Amino acid sequence: MRYLLVEDNAELAKAVVDRLALDGHVIDHAPDLTTAHGFIDVAEYDLILLDIMLPDGDGRDFLATHRRREKRTPVIVLTARSQVSDRVGLLDLGADDYLTKPFDFSELEARCRAVLRRQGGSAINARSFEGVILDSMNSHLTMDGRVEELRNRELRLLEIFFVNPAQIFSKSHLMDRLFSFSEDVSENAIEVYVGRLRKKLDGSAIRIETVRGLGYRLAKAA
Amino acid sequence: MIFGQKTNSIRRRLIVQLSLIAAILSFAFYLIVRVVAETAATETQDNILAASATSIADALYSERGLVNLELPYSALSMLGSISQDRVFYRIIVDGETLTGYGDLPQPASPIAADPVFSTFVFRGEEVRSVAITRPVSSGGQAVNTTTIVAQTRLGLATISSRISATAAAVGFGFFLFAIGLSLLAAQSALSPLRRMTQSIQRRGPHDLSPVKAALPSELVPLVGALNNFMNRLRSSLAQSEDFVAEAAHRVRTPLAIVRTRAEIALRGMEKPSDKKALREMIRAVDESSRSAGQLLDHAMVTFRTDNLLAKNFDLGELTRDTCEHLSPTAGLKDISLLLEIPDKPYPFVGDPILLQNALRNILDNAIKYSPADSEIIIKLTRDKTTEISFGDQGRGFGAADLGGLTKRFSRGENVADIVGSGLGLTIADVVARAHQGHILIRSNPEGSGACVSLILP
Repeated sequence: MRYLLVEDNAELAKAVVDRLALDGHVIDHAPDLTTAHGFIDVAEYDLILLDIMLPDGDGRDFLATHRRREKRTPVIVLTARSQVSDRVGLLDLGADDYLTKPFDFSELEARCRAVLRRQGGSAINARSFEGVILDSMNSHLTMDGRVEELRNRELRLLEIFFVNPAQIFSKSHLMDRLFSFSEDVSENAIEVYVGRLRKKLDGSAIRIETVRGLGYRLAKAA
Repeated sequence: MIFGQKTNSIRRRLIVQLSLIAAILSFAFYLIVRVVAETAATETQDNILAASATSIADALYSERGLVNLELPYSALSMLGSISQDRVFYRIIVDGETLTGYGDLPQPASPIAADPVFSTFVFRGEEVRSVAITRPVSSGGQAVNTTTIVAQTRLGLATISSRISATAAAVGFGFFLFAIGLSLLAAQSALSPLRRMTQSIQRRGPHDLSPVKAALPSELVPLVGALNNFMNRLRSSLAQSEDFVAEAAHRVRTPLAIVRTRAEIALRGMEKPSDKKALREMIRAVDESSRSAGQLLDHAMVTFRTDNLLAKNFDLGELTRDTCEHLSPTAGLKDISLLLEIPDKPYPFVGDPILLQNALRNILDNAIKYSPADSEIIIKLTRDKTTEISFGDQGRGFGAADLGGLTKRFSRGENVADIVGSGLGLTIADVVARAHQGHILIRSNPEGSGACVSLILP
């Protein structure tokens, strides 16, 4: 996905860019509104992440202009305020969603997906491996004409495998990405979700392979 | 609402002062009428007395050197026509009483050509008398004669007391009328003040715009001062809101940097002990940001409940929106939010921003304590009261005192492993109470877990 991040704090922006890049996203960073407008005029983005307090203006003005120009690119506001009235105002002004800093990137991703799904966007997030198509937006897995619905964690787990099909992922790595930091779960919890996916992938061209002592990877069905 | 000390009512003062003036004027009117009436009555009596005395004096004649009197009957009967007062007379010729009451006193200056009037007590009664002195020629020489006619004043007293009574009655009526008028005057004089008060009272709790009513010039300085004050209040409120926003920004931005960097670092780590440490760090960041957020929310909610907004809105839609906003968060744990909300609009009067905050806090709590792959059922029902219930399949509240959970910083006993500040239900409780409702916490009637309800009247 291609993001535009409008954020004046250079360190935070750098960290967010680095973090999203880890998941394979492309991010442009605009430190102020002028730069942001410049970016939007020349490039198409899937999503805009917008800070509210910016050196050359209020992010809400940007939102208003954005909506007046009838741009469809969804906007998720990253706010440091936690005033309730503020939030309501943001949605009224045409923000598609908001997140309070600091935020969990899994939650950011979930909200992006929800926003894009609401917009009825095309299968931006569709990936395929060996003829099996994973449609992240709609949480669908398509194989041999058969469609399986995926639950949120199943989808996120499968996405990790689809982005890097040959790579072996350790249980602890998968755990970090699947569970929130406030949950105390054992590494064995991953086995539950791998088990569910295996059931859904049964009879397809791909399978999740256990690499003894190392973890799991996506592989062609034997 | 706070009133200043009610020591001085302008209205009361105005009425008292106007009434006092009316009383003084009424009394003066009474006195003037009385004096004028008495004077008029006395003058009338004097005229008749003088006419009577003159006709008696005219009837004096001289015969063979002696002055005689043929007392004309009309002279006394004209006096009788006034009332039943007694009449006395005395004719003095050359110092000798010719006829009449010899003890009727003579006036001090009997020589005057004009009639002389005087008032004195005669035989136990107050009388008014007139004396006319004129010469009568008798036997070639002039003889001085004095005619004195006196009359008691009973009739006069009756007339004057009747006039006094009438004057008193009219004066009192005038006084009552003036009081009525002063009430009206006070009412109308104070009506701009009342209009201004109403226009200020009608305002919403957050309306600090200047008062712009058409006002009499006397109120302009007051309204000017009021507007000035509101202006200062508005800027100080804006300042403190900006300050809170700025403070939140300053705290949250570094936290966001730390958290993001920690997530990135976690990706590259292999050693379980390092991972554990980083996970703990991220949890601590989450905990502090969550607490900061809830403290700010709590402050906001407390501030707003002091100036509660009453707005008509669709409670069903608000509940749906709140659930929709939190559904991605719930989705991360594969928690389904099942809504049982009537399709038709559910009108409700209250503060939507506060209620949304309350609902969000309850739902956020439910999501936090729910296990993965579970359901939260959100119901909006109307019985005698409105109830929005959130039933989860979590661990419930354990042995904790259910009533105490809405106290500040109080948490269930079995939640040591989950990030939380214990303010969530407190905020919801404050909001519920501000709307004359309450929070009901019980074990989920439909299976395991807890059920938290927001009950509104």
